[in-house]
Amino acid sequence: MSFRPDIAAIRFGEGLSPDVAPPTSVEAVMAGLRGPDRAAAAFPIPKFDSLRSKMQEVAELRRNYRRGRDGPDAEKLQDIFRKARGEYNRELLKSFAAGLGRSITTQDGFRERLARFWADHFTVVGKDALTRFAVPHYVEEAIRPHVAGRFEDMLVAVVTHPMMLNYLDQTSSIGPNSQFGRGGKRGLNENLARELLELHTVGVGAAYSQTDVRQMAELLTGLSANLKNGFTFRPRIVEPGAETVLGRSFGGGGPNIGDIHAALKFLATHEATAAHIAQKLATHFVADDPDPALVAAMRDRFLATDGDLAEVYRAMLEHPASWASFGAKVKQPIDFMTSTMRALAAPPAVFERYNRRKLTAYLGGPLAAMGQPWLRPGGPDGWPEEAEAWITPQGLAARLQWAMSAPSVVFRGLPDPRTFLDTALGELADERLAFAAKSAETRREGIGLVLASPAFQRR
Amino acid sequence: MGDLSRRNFLRGASALGCSLAASPLITPVTLAAAPGENRLVVIILRGAMDGLDVVRPLGDPMLGQYRPRLASRARDESFDLDGFYGMHPALAPLQGLWRDGHLGFAQAVSTPYRDKRSHFDGQDMLEAGTGMDVPISSVRDGWLNRLLQIMPNASSETAFAVGREEMKIVSGPAPVNSWSPDARLDMSPQARLLLDQIYHDDPLFRDTSVEAIEIAESLGVASGDSFGLSKDEMRELIRAQQQAGQAAVLADFAGRRLAEDARIAAFSIGGWDTHRGQERGIRRALDGLSQAILTLKGHLGPHWDRTAIVAVTEFGRTARENGTRGTDHGTAGAMVMAGGAIRGGQVFGKWPGLDEAALYGRRDLMPTGDVRAYPAWLMAGLFGSDAASLQTRVFPGLDLGRDPGLLA
Repeated sequence: MSFRPDIAAIRFGEGLSPDVAPPTSVEAVMAGLRGPDRAAAAFPIPKFDSLRSKMQEVAELRRNYRRGRDGPDAEKLQDIFRKARGEYNRELLKSFAAGLGRSITTQDGFRERLARFWADHFTVVGKDALTRFAVPHYVEEAIRPHVAGRFEDMLVAVVTHPMMLNYLDQTSSIGPNSQFGRGGKRGLNENLARELLELHTVGVGAAYSQTDVRQMAELLTGLSANLKNGFTFRPRIVEPGAETVLGRSFGGGGPNIGDIHAALKFLATHEATAAHIAQKLATHFVADDPDPALVAAMRDRFLATDGDLAEVYRAMLEHPASWASFGAKVKQPIDFMTSTMRALAAPPAVFERYNRRKLTAYLGGPLAAMGQPWLRPGGPDGWPEEAEAWITPQGLAARLQWAMSAPSVVFRGLPDPRTFLDTALGELADERLAFAAKSAETRREGIGLVLASPAFQRR
Repeated sequence: MGDLSRRNFLRGASALGCSLAASPLITPVTLAAAPGENRLVVIILRGAMDGLDVVRPLGDPMLGQYRPRLASRARDESFDLDGFYGMHPALAPLQGLWRDGHLGFAQAVSTPYRDKRSHFDGQDMLEAGTGMDVPISSVRDGWLNRLLQIMPNASSETAFAVGREEMKIVSGPAPVNSWSPDARLDMSPQARLLLDQIYHDDPLFRDTSVEAIEIAESLGVASGDSFGLSKDEMRELIRAQQQAGQAAVLADFAGRRLAEDARIAAFSIGGWDTHRGQERGIRRALDGLSQAILTLKGHLGPHWDRTAIVAVTEFGRTARENGTRGTDHGTAGAMVMAGGAIRGGQVFGKWPGLDEAALYGRRDLMPTGDVRAYPAWLMAGLFGSDAASLQTRVFPGLDLGRDPGLLA
């Protein structure tokens, strides 16, 4: 098997669309990825750093309110704070519609899928009221610029990002023998160090021990972030001395963020990392249990290019296994949702007008019911890959419920189900499905059945 | 459409708006004998519960040394259990259960998982019920599923996994119901028939949709109505979605199922990963756990006396508090048992001590018991499962050890 435009659009993109032609070759997919990020320009999502002044403002108003809670102005202070917080959240929530707008209209669906893949690989969850909805802004800043770049650049951007430092508790990790830590009140936190090895780089199967985790945690001391300055390196909390991770020694010459960068680069190009990333990409895009030859080809390309991600993707797209066994993957709920709206060519402006209640009722709630609550994965390991994890009775019920109801709720004038079947699946539709699309009692259910079909649910 | 089976026809008919209570013909009634009246609830505490904070070894002088901040008021605020252990004050609503012998704990227990201290691997092993000798990624089913496989008279109605969280503990070849308290399914009879057609050749979608429709109907949350939301319905929907993950809501749903046909239920309570600010975090999580237990008790009524609840976590946390008023991933921890069937009022397990030399890796509480032995003994008592099957099939490689006498 080799390249097919429809499979390229569905398996490596956002799906087919009545308005956008699928890519015609591997070269076309790669050219799109190398070209400018048009989708981001058309549907901008502010970068995390640009939110900081607004965050500070809301935090300040919250402090004022808390301080004056028992005073005469309590009500007024609360109103001011709540209004500012509401405005701030509304601003952040716009990213949902922007993301959907990108998916619906993009010429370069592979980029959107890669951005989601890497956002999942480097999962963060906003742990407080201010960062709860700021994850897309982190992705925009630390991940999206690097999806076709070098893995090490993405790794450094992510590991030094305030959202990651906050999520995995690095902001509160202090070298016990550092200038700051010697009082003994506060100390080391291993969380980021552990996930960095286990999830982000070499993988849990690699040959590392608790000692490596501990050493990594000591090496990462100094990485910090706050609202006022964003990311900061704090020499006063750096654990002194050299640290050895996976047999390689780093640092020892006084606090220096360069030591951390060196370790991240070492990990980013490690043999085990190449194997881990190749396996994850192939598992995400091609099959829950991908062909070992495909994984090996991707791993080898990763190693040969020191982690040039575009080259790793090319190795995937050039491999025959990537074009065989169409349907081996089940779309994750978010992908099911975006590909539905793309196939329907839903106007992005519809979603931009939604208030928070409608967003929850039509999109956010159903996503959660399908097992993928927006911005709320269960842990730093992100969302599961296996079909069986998604197609459970309640997960499938939620897909069916949404397939039958959402298209008519979110936009008027549904297409004829027979036309829609052709738009959404082209030659990948089978006889039974054609019969179902023709035989449904209403357009709404006809469209719903096409969306619920294995051909559309799988890729 | 010549191959419409009778079941398909009936399923279609049921969507015409007949209320389920009025249509016994089409309710998926199980005619096989139910597997007795005893009930087992397994709660997975995700995130690694700090057993040393929940079942506090107040009689060990090292506790205060290791945890100068976390345990500073432990002696005053804990509920004394037996002169040595004290219970975390957030479990105060369960004091009555303890006095009645319906609440017990096991201390210093762990799965065979060691050293890497990863939540995900730890939970996978906890739910797989296997040992370190098997690569965890190769295990495809969970121990509750394997229990069902050896239970005589178990049917698809016997076990229920509740909530949106994936529950690997119940996954496997034996049929298990799973549902989230807020889920519904509304489709016209015609659409259902067509759905059967398009799922015909895809076993995963076909089997799962049959289950989904059966569950939705048995719960009375399926209809043939056209979908359309009024303002009130939308508000109700959002409220249900927001609450669906709360411990009490999950327990409420599980309790209702257990009061009917279900004999085994499993759900998760999260929020135990207290790397920082543990005082606040663990209180919230324990609130959820105690509410869940009391909610189950409320629904079970007369069945409470034949019920055992066991709450287990992937591993414990470090003996020492960390620099951020929290604790990091450790090894041995505690488990919680409740129910009228339990011989409670005691803390099971052998206390290993907290001297540095007694700690695992000079850092964590040393495991002195296998966490799997407790549910295994419960299964033996509740469902008559034999020792050989428990040690080879349900928990391969487990040494059951001596009967700790968990059941009243």
